[in-house]
Amino acid sequence: MKPLLEVTGLSKHYPVRTKLWKFRNLVAADDVSLTVQAGETLAIVGESGSGKSTVGKCILRLEAPTSGHVVLDGQPISELSEVEVRSLRAQMQMVYQDPLESLNPRHKVGKLVAEPLLLHGIVSRKEVRKRVSELFHLVGLGSEHIDRYAHTLSGGQQQRVGIARALATSPKLLVLDEPTSALDVSVEAQILNLLQDLQRRMKLAFLLISHDLAVVSMLADRVAVMYLGQIVETGPTRDILASGYHPYSRALVSATPVDHPHQRKVRIALDGEPTSPIDPPQHCRLEPRCPFALPVCREQVADLKQAEERRFTRCIRFNREHVNGSWDPDASVQPGIAKPRAG
Amino acid sequence: MAEIAVHMTRRLAGLSKWCRRNPITALGFGIIVGLGILGLLAPLIAPYDPYALNPREKMQAPSLNHLFGTGIFGEDIFSRVLYGIRIDFGIGLGAVAIGLFTGSTVGVIAGYYGGRIDEVCMRLMDIVAAFPGFILAMAIAGVLGPSIPNLIIAIAVVNVPVYARLSRSRFLVIRSSLYALAARGVGASDVRILAWHLLPNSLAPIFVQSTLQCGWAILDAAGLSFIGLGVRLPTPEWGVMIGLGAPRIITGQWWISFFPGLAIAITVMGFNLIGDGLQDLLDPRRK
Amino acid sequence: MEEPATSMLRSVNDPLRPGVNSSGERVLSIEGLRVEFRLPDESTEVLCGVDLTARPGEIVGVVGESGSGKTVAALAVVGLLPSAAHVSGGSVRFFNENLLDLDSRQMRAIRGSRISMIFQNPRASLNPVFTVGRMLREVLLVHSGLRGRKATVRAQELLADVGLPDPSAVMRRYPHQLSGGMAQRAMIALALSSSPDLLLADEPTTALDVTIQHQIIQLLLRLRKRQNLTQIVITHNFGVVAELCDRVAVMYAGAILEEAPVGRIFEAPGHPYTRGLLSARARVEQSSGIRSIPGQVPELKNRPTGCSFHPRCEHARDICRVSTPRLESSAPNHSIACHRWRELAQ
Repeated sequence: MKPLLEVTGLSKHYPVRTKLWKFRNLVAADDVSLTVQAGETLAIVGESGSGKSTVGKCILRLEAPTSGHVVLDGQPISELSEVEVRSLRAQMQMVYQDPLESLNPRHKVGKLVAEPLLLHGIVSRKEVRKRVSELFHLVGLGSEHIDRYAHTLSGGQQQRVGIARALATSPKLLVLDEPTSALDVSVEAQILNLLQDLQRRMKLAFLLISHDLAVVSMLADRVAVMYLGQIVETGPTRDILASGYHPYSRALVSATPVDHPHQRKVRIALDGEPTSPIDPPQHCRLEPRCPFALPVCREQVADLKQAEERRFTRCIRFNREHVNGSWDPDASVQPGIAKPRAG
Repeated sequence: MAEIAVHMTRRLAGLSKWCRRNPITALGFGIIVGLGILGLLAPLIAPYDPYALNPREKMQAPSLNHLFGTGIFGEDIFSRVLYGIRIDFGIGLGAVAIGLFTGSTVGVIAGYYGGRIDEVCMRLMDIVAAFPGFILAMAIAGVLGPSIPNLIIAIAVVNVPVYARLSRSRFLVIRSSLYALAARGVGASDVRILAWHLLPNSLAPIFVQSTLQCGWAILDAAGLSFIGLGVRLPTPEWGVMIGLGAPRIITGQWWISFFPGLAIAITVMGFNLIGDGLQDLLDPRRK
Repeated sequence: MEEPATSMLRSVNDPLRPGVNSSGERVLSIEGLRVEFRLPDESTEVLCGVDLTARPGEIVGVVGESGSGKTVAALAVVGLLPSAAHVSGGSVRFFNENLLDLDSRQMRAIRGSRISMIFQNPRASLNPVFTVGRMLREVLLVHSGLRGRKATVRAQELLADVGLPDPSAVMRRYPHQLSGGMAQRAMIALALSSSPDLLLADEPTTALDVTIQHQIIQLLLRLRKRQNLTQIVITHNFGVVAELCDRVAVMYAGAILEEAPVGRIFEAPGHPYTRGLLSARARVEQSSGIRSIPGQVPELKNRPTGCSFHPRCEHARDICRVSTPRLESSAPNHSIACHRWRELAQ
């Protein structure tokens, strides 16, 4: 089956001035390839600076990628002009992390939801209010909210407005950029349930961008883990959360707080913090922090390789040493070879 | 009828609540609106013709006949101060309107196109702003010759860089806002984002600045007229009146300069009080 | 930094929490604390009678959503309430002293020396024009009278204690040159420089990535283990509570609805709100169907009458709409503010 969204070799570099005359590349996304099937949820997981939001914006052409191809439903988005992309925007929409900031404070929220309807000529001016009110009901808001301003709504209601606006053009793909990270716990659950329900009813495909593995495990079918601009591992959500192949996936899962105070968890600690994304090295980017790193990790180029059906990983040691997907990273670490550790 | 009455009462109740919350701003509005009404009604209120000279009653101290006294030609100061509201408010508002329009056009163009155009526009503004405002206004008024329209132009030119800088910086901030991005995300064109999303959000601080500038513009107008570069006699303009009375202060006829000066002080204060409070009034998030 | 270098696999969360002193002594005890925000024409009660205690070496979690008043409670303890806020009742006892009776000079002497506070956004809470070293040396001078070489050495020790590699380099840096995790560590080093008896941490890990959050949690646990440091941790994240705290108080709309040891809160939550919050969490293990709490967090201006949670509570009865439940003991160390906890426990 042809995927709904196909991204190949997407890169985004920003020039940064390091000295008065000298520019270097900040690599926000580096050779990112992924696919999303119709009706499926793919989650891009990573911490701040991993480039996950940049990938989302490049796919929607809210930012121009430095290189790479994005094909949505057979249409090559990355090759179109800004004006041509505009009409395609009906098919792909975004829900933003900060619902209040994403809603214009000077217009009533009903007008903001009506905007895409009118821009894409979906309904006539006469019917617009009726359609807006349908959309409001769809996301669990009442018609009385149509004439309110965003700041008079609660966080959860604001995000519902954001979702209603995204759904107005009946898109096939919704990019969800940390859709609940600004919300209260009790409200987060409402929004997650709403998204799940909408996906089922409208056969939507989601590209979920999140740092929260709990949210990911609830919504996503597949996961792509990003670190410093690269995808380091992809695979089905359950597999990656239960047994990640890449040390970074494992560290991410193990750093997520326990669900219960008596729960015991095997912890993999990464040292320090991510290294600079400016002109990153060709070899494994996790190497300076990785507890399993060997000299080989500095010497070779780390490529994304298939480990088994539907699972890819970028770990050099895993790709060399694993036997049918099982790998004991401590087995070949001999004292003296392992690089000296701080502490 | 009853409905209208209820509506009006509710409106008034809302207004009085607002006044209690923002007493300072309300005072500012009161001063400016009050002066404005006095200026409009000047022909009805003023006891004398502001241009009438009466050599027999010259330089009389304030009395019941002449509330603010009379000037060196026997003109009634009170009537002239009243008519002066029309002239000075007109000059101030006119100068600010022209400066606002020109300046924010330059600022928005610079902010929108960026690059070379931005550089050229903003360096031009820097050149204008490099001169002390009043000196530049003096030079322009001197070249153009003394008349009310020329005075307005001179003060407006001085104001242009203020608005250009303000609107450009404001514009750059909101252009990178998330809601502008979201508007692009739903497929809005650049023109639509500019007109429907960005412009309404960039106006508030510019309006605030405008009210503050109104006070300064009136002060500048009076200053220019005082030194003879603005409005000429016998126009009842406050600056001219102060200029006329200034030499008489040492001989004891303080009222000739004092009352026009007081009018300027109250007006400038009124505009500044409004400017400080307007910020909250125009921001829907702070209501 | 005391972890052995060879084993990278660690297990934490020993159910036997160390350091909890069961004797009656209390570092902090808040009783019936009421705080109002007063505006010219209206006043809003943001805390309506909060009780909270912390024993030596205990880590107490205060959990709540936005508007629950958890931060206001912390600010009231350190005397940093905004000027519109007034304490209208109750007491805050720090050992044997009522902090509310102190004047601002006496309060200043306690704040930052015996009680320290750290905040959610560490980079914004550090002064941007000073280097980390300058800030630390200043605090050391004020609180311990250390200066010169001695102060530098002590500052480096403190930075090393909070797990910052290369302390002398960090001392030369400005806050904007630090990453979020490093800035939070520097903030904690500053807070610890006066060897306080109590550390208040307001959402200490919320702005950080999960791997860094984990490091900071480990650091706070280590501080308790090593120095028996009493901590009050304000958070909205039950995962942080599960990892870090001994006891939890659940706040909602300016009041504490439930308080219990951490194990009991997770195993036998008594208040419908606590139960709702716990089942509304998205969890890694559970893939679908979380039960959300209906409705919105109330604005404090329009706090519901009676039990403030009743409009969102599926168990609400008439009495819940009328009378405000008081915190009552349901078991040793466990108290609940709910009219119906007895029935619901079955």
